[in-house]
Amino acid sequence: MTPPSEATEQTPPAAAIRTRKLNFWYGSFQALFEVDLEITAGIITSLIGPSGCGKSTLLRSVNRINERSGDVRTTGTIEVLGHDIHGERVELARLRQKVGMVFQRPNPLPISIRDNVMFGYRLQNPANSRNKSEQEEILEGSLRKVLLWDGVKDCLGRKATSLSLEEQQKLCIARLLPVKPAILLMDEPCSALDPQGTEAVEELIWELRGDFNILLVTHNMAQARRASEECVFMLMGRVIEHAPTVEMFVTPRNPQTSDYIEGRYG
Amino acid sequence: MSRRHAPPRAERKPDRRDLGWYVDKAVEVAVFVGGVSAIVFVVGIFVFITREGLGFVTGPFDFRQFFLSPRWRPTSEWNPTYGILALFAGTASVTGLAMLVAVPFSICAAVFIGELTAGRTREVLKVLVEFLAAIPSVVWGFIGLSIINPLIINVFDVAVGLNVLNSGVILGLMAAPIMTSIAEDAFRAVPETYREAAEAMGATRWQVTYKVVIPAAKNGLLAAVLLGIGRAFGETMAVLMASGHSINLPTSVFDSVRALTATIAAELGETAVGSDHYRALFTIGIVLFLITFAINLTADLVIRGTRRKE
Repeated sequence: MTPPSEATEQTPPAAAIRTRKLNFWYGSFQALFEVDLEITAGIITSLIGPSGCGKSTLLRSVNRINERSGDVRTTGTIEVLGHDIHGERVELARLRQKVGMVFQRPNPLPISIRDNVMFGYRLQNPANSRNKSEQEEILEGSLRKVLLWDGVKDCLGRKATSLSLEEQQKLCIARLLPVKPAILLMDEPCSALDPQGTEAVEELIWELRGDFNILLVTHNMAQARRASEECVFMLMGRVIEHAPTVEMFVTPRNPQTSDYIEGRYG
Repeated sequence: MSRRHAPPRAERKPDRRDLGWYVDKAVEVAVFVGGVSAIVFVVGIFVFITREGLGFVTGPFDFRQFFLSPRWRPTSEWNPTYGILALFAGTASVTGLAMLVAVPFSICAAVFIGELTAGRTREVLKVLVEFLAAIPSVVWGFIGLSIINPLIINVFDVAVGLNVLNSGVILGLMAAPIMTSIAEDAFRAVPETYREAAEAMGATRWQVTYKVVIPAAKNGLLAAVLLGIGRAFGETMAVLMASGHSINLPTSVFDSVRALTATIAAELGETAVGSDHYRALFTIGIVLFLITFAINLTADLVIRGTRRKE
């Protein structure tokens, strides 16, 4: 996706993701109501709220992966870097390369570590199998970026599913990098990991800040607090509050937000 | 199983031997007998076939003649020969052709049912495919005899339409439904998270299928093919009707052949019990039994191998 060509918008759009009156239905169940959001570019934004509040649904709308469920319906618009992702000329494959996703449970494919990292790249460049050294460079760069290179550089042919969960989750982040995504969606990326793994992956996410626009769903209040710069609080499919993390945790504007943060429900 | 290790509650209140207790015991015994009977029958059949065939193996049996001679002349007055090479070649050629027909057919069908359809369509298709597997083999033989036979004669301008081609196609169609069903099960066993992960990286449905799902399901697919081979190998009636039933080392798909199974079916009723011919047929039975047993065992181990890795 190239930046918008209109002369009026010289600077890159300040919002990485912008939704307007976004409604979403699974069958007859409405999961999102009139969501208006502007996710600031270049930072980590976390989505918090109790189970079933629609934060995962919102996340999964941004790369349209929730359309896999079949019977779904969307109204309103989502713009990623100024482009409407429901536009007629949008290619789903391109969108998903620009908007990478990390899932709740690490889900490496049952192929080698190398093939996992290069999976997206090879989809994008099917003919580019001759340039071996360039591919090796991309492979190493991606694994280095997620702090996995030293651990796996001698066993790149090993099956990715044999790694530890923490390594698997790092690999799942690494495999997004070769296609140069602009946005990373993370759906509770640490919830399947032990405390050490959580710490390692959180640090990694913090490292990636700045290079990518990161939208992070989390259940864990403390994680939202330490790992994100802005916070969005959702309840029953609606956005209740969107503020810098510090502000939200210290002086929440909405009473529902403060109740949740203080642990009265959720 | 043992009641002594029942929780303490049962000790405070010992078993009352009422009707429920007897029903419980009776069902337990019935289930046990049912479970064990499968083993008993397999062993029993093997023992029976071996006993009947053993007289031949220890008597006029000549290893080289039996496996390497193409001459099957059990009824010859002066010099009966018992060579199964031609029969074996018949079975092998028909099975091979059947797999050429069935493997692409059933894997494509399984991809369509398992990956490209959903919900109601998928269930209906799956039921229909399993329904196909229930067509009696004599009906397939009938189709070979009355539909494919004249078709081959007209299309290829050959004298006889009962040959390797005919029976191979028939067997392929017979084996395809069960192979489709097993292959589809193998696809279904591939975790949904793999598909989701691949799609989230921008893979299309087709890329997901051939880059992720088929490699992940390959052991299951191999098992499907092996079971299909087993099915084709042991099939009797359809081959008997569609292959031409003449002893031949086939050199083209338009040659008539005779299969091991069909030989037993056609000749056993006309031999004297206990004669060499009768025993030779049972020896063929042993060979068939061992081969299908080996195929099924391999398929089973392949499937087991997949499960352990998960």
